[in-house]
Amino acid sequence: MSIQVNNLTHIYSEGMPHQSVALEDVTFSADDGQFIGIIGHTGSGKSTLVQHLNGLLKPKSGTIVVSGTDITASGVVMRDIRRKIGLVFQYPEYQLFEETVEKDVAFGPLNLGLDEAEVSVRVREALDLVGLDYEEIHERSPFDLSGGQKRRVAIAGVIAMKPEVLILDEPTAGLDPKAHQDVLKMIETVHAHEKNIIFLVSHNMNDIARMADKILVMDSGKLVMHGTPEEVFSREEELTSMGLALPEPAQLMKLARQKGLPFDGSFLRVEDAEEALYQFLKKDSFK
Amino acid sequence: MNKMIQIEDLVFEYTRDEDQERVRAIKGVSLAIERGSFTAIIGKNGSGKSTLAKNINALLLPSSGAVYVNGYDTRKEENVWDIRQSAAMVFQNPDNQIVSSIVEDDVAFGPENLGVPPEEIRIRVDHSLEAVNMYQHRKKAPHLLSGGQKQRIAIAGAIAMRPECIVFDEPTAMLDPKGRSEVMDIIKGLHKEGITVVLITHFMEEAAEAERVVIMDQGEVALDGTPQEVFAQGDKIRAMNLDVPLAVELCHRLRKKGIGVPEDIINMEEMVEFLCQYK
Amino acid sequence: MIRDITLGQYYPGESWVHRLDPRIKIIVTLAYIVALFVVTDFWGLLIAVAVLGIVIAVSRVPLKFMLKGLKPIFLIILFTFVLNMFMIPGKVIAHIWILTITEEGLNTAFFMASRLVLLIIGSSLLTLTTKPISLTDGIEALLSPLKRIGVPAHELAMMMTIALRFIPTLLEETDKIMKAQQARGADFESGNIIRRAKSLIPLLVPLFISAFRIAQELAMAMEARCYRGGQHRTRMNGMKLGKRDLAAVILLIAFLAVIVLERILL
Repeated sequence: MSIQVNNLTHIYSEGMPHQSVALEDVTFSADDGQFIGIIGHTGSGKSTLVQHLNGLLKPKSGTIVVSGTDITASGVVMRDIRRKIGLVFQYPEYQLFEETVEKDVAFGPLNLGLDEAEVSVRVREALDLVGLDYEEIHERSPFDLSGGQKRRVAIAGVIAMKPEVLILDEPTAGLDPKAHQDVLKMIETVHAHEKNIIFLVSHNMNDIARMADKILVMDSGKLVMHGTPEEVFSREEELTSMGLALPEPAQLMKLARQKGLPFDGSFLRVEDAEEALYQFLKKDSFK
Repeated sequence: MNKMIQIEDLVFEYTRDEDQERVRAIKGVSLAIERGSFTAIIGKNGSGKSTLAKNINALLLPSSGAVYVNGYDTRKEENVWDIRQSAAMVFQNPDNQIVSSIVEDDVAFGPENLGVPPEEIRIRVDHSLEAVNMYQHRKKAPHLLSGGQKQRIAIAGAIAMRPECIVFDEPTAMLDPKGRSEVMDIIKGLHKEGITVVLITHFMEEAAEAERVVIMDQGEVALDGTPQEVFAQGDKIRAMNLDVPLAVELCHRLRKKGIGVPEDIINMEEMVEFLCQYK
Repeated sequence: MIRDITLGQYYPGESWVHRLDPRIKIIVTLAYIVALFVVTDFWGLLIAVAVLGIVIAVSRVPLKFMLKGLKPIFLIILFTFVLNMFMIPGKVIAHIWILTITEEGLNTAFFMASRLVLLIIGSSLLTLTTKPISLTDGIEALLSPLKRIGVPAHELAMMMTIALRFIPTLLEETDKIMKAQQARGADFESGNIIRRAKSLIPLLVPLFISAFRIAQELAMAMEARCYRGGQHRTRMNGMKLGKRDLAAVILLIAFLAVIVLERILL
């Protein structure tokens, strides 16, 4: 399984006085089981990009090929796209509508035309994957759950469609630290279990640096960087000029480096910074 | 009474919709907020921090105990307008607190309700919009602004009521990093100008900017002190499912490995300063 | 389609018409509409058309914006015309199948249709040259004498203000929910009427809940900002009548006089 995006261009309100280029010549690819982070400030084209991947928006030009099928071609059945690519929007709990959790999670799979037995299996599996107890929760109204639980139910609704590519647009927005960590862990669980391609759109550089295999950086509708976290976060000046920050551990170590302390490296995770500081302080503590 | 806010043994109960059960959201909180201070209140969802904020604004009233704002008892109905004028409030969702479809008309909403004369409202509105750097957008429609800009409009609306204190109920929770830093800059600026700030948040870096940090857990005050004092209790904070700032986390980890790191480091600058001693 | 309705759409400008006091503009528009029904002959109609034409020219709002407002109600105008043409008894001019066209019928049909067209253009002109928020203020001010007999003037105006503020927010919300459900395989476009109506449930339920949440949060925010209804309230932009408004009133009286005299004398 793979996804290839070639020369994708999209223009909003074409032909109108206020037309604007939302995406310009975006090209990249993702392979089996990869975890891709997408970063960029608000309005950089991230959301427009992910909506194209799901077929919700049609490009002006360019192609999106998923496992050999061009989903931008005319005559492609939308249902087939959605079977392959799942998209979880920001604040997905606002799309819940059914009387029970079970019915809500079943909405997507039923729309795919699956039979009831299959749907029922998938609902159980999806709720299990997002860390909710099926027996306890399936008959409850989704509106009576806590904020974090609602969000998991909403995400389960997309996971139950078993997409080969799962896109999550800021899945942790507005959550408290505990719920934030829970949702991230859940995404890792789903990734490990389903072995799908994950696209994670986020403003949180710590999360992206920790989780992503590859990072796409968007700015003014263009894909300006594309590489491993180490590669991307080594280009700090460019990121800053786009209004993007380094992960916190890297910020700390950079500050120390500027004061003449001998720290070289990318320090994307807390553990990296911890180890370097330990080595540095160990020598001195025993002097 | 000289305290800006005086909370005495506050208990707040409500009936939950789903099962009609009585829930005790705040279980006996006592807290005094000094004039001109900057207090951060943190806690996970359901810890009672937002309920506390609404009690300060007389949007909710104590089940037992009392809340005094600027000396006014919130239980007395005739005090309610004085309380809301003394301690204004800014909410989480920037969209759902803007009333008018023109920015400057929205900022005027509070003073209009207070019956301020028109010429005076004009002055206050212009001043408030300048204070949040939104004067050039005064004629715009709010739905065309970014989240951070909308939140600044909401803050201007609070300032225009000339309050002594502003209670911010998770003002940055729905914003991107840029919007968040814009709003935090404004909040710090207001504190410098002498406004008493109560900031409810779940971002630790924001709490670290305050003079005092109060951590709420399950309806009670779990920790209360300067950021240094509070963040020194890293284990307790983690046990309440909250984060600590990165510098605090790193110091904690180093200490566990047997390195003697001082307890009062809470931000990156202090951490680097400490490291520089060993250059 | 929503976009086609001109009523309620503001065309920014600084013309003489734009700067009139909203109260005066509302009164003038209402008076004009009444005048349209006083007119019964061709000359009166001509005066009404000419006056409206002059005001449009002064307002500098392109004519196409006015005509756009007619599109959604074109069918109603046509229906009125046809109905009047066939239903009014009188001197028969022509027979079509079982229907007859009379001279009186044709006459009435022509006047009714013309009145409707002028009425729509006239009220479009009001909304095109007045900011929605000023319009609300104007309505509140004009209705406030009726407070004594229990008309909730302030509340009505506040409702309109909030509606104006939240229509874009709710449209955005609708778009978001629609896309989210489409991503879950929802189909809003195909099937028969019953299927389509059913397919709207996943859109309408979340939308209703959103609207409810917005209302709750907004109510709380308004209370926190000391809102307590219309009493004690002052306004930043108080409405003041100027020379321009006096001129408008004089012109209105002149126009009404001409219309009435024309009817009596001719």
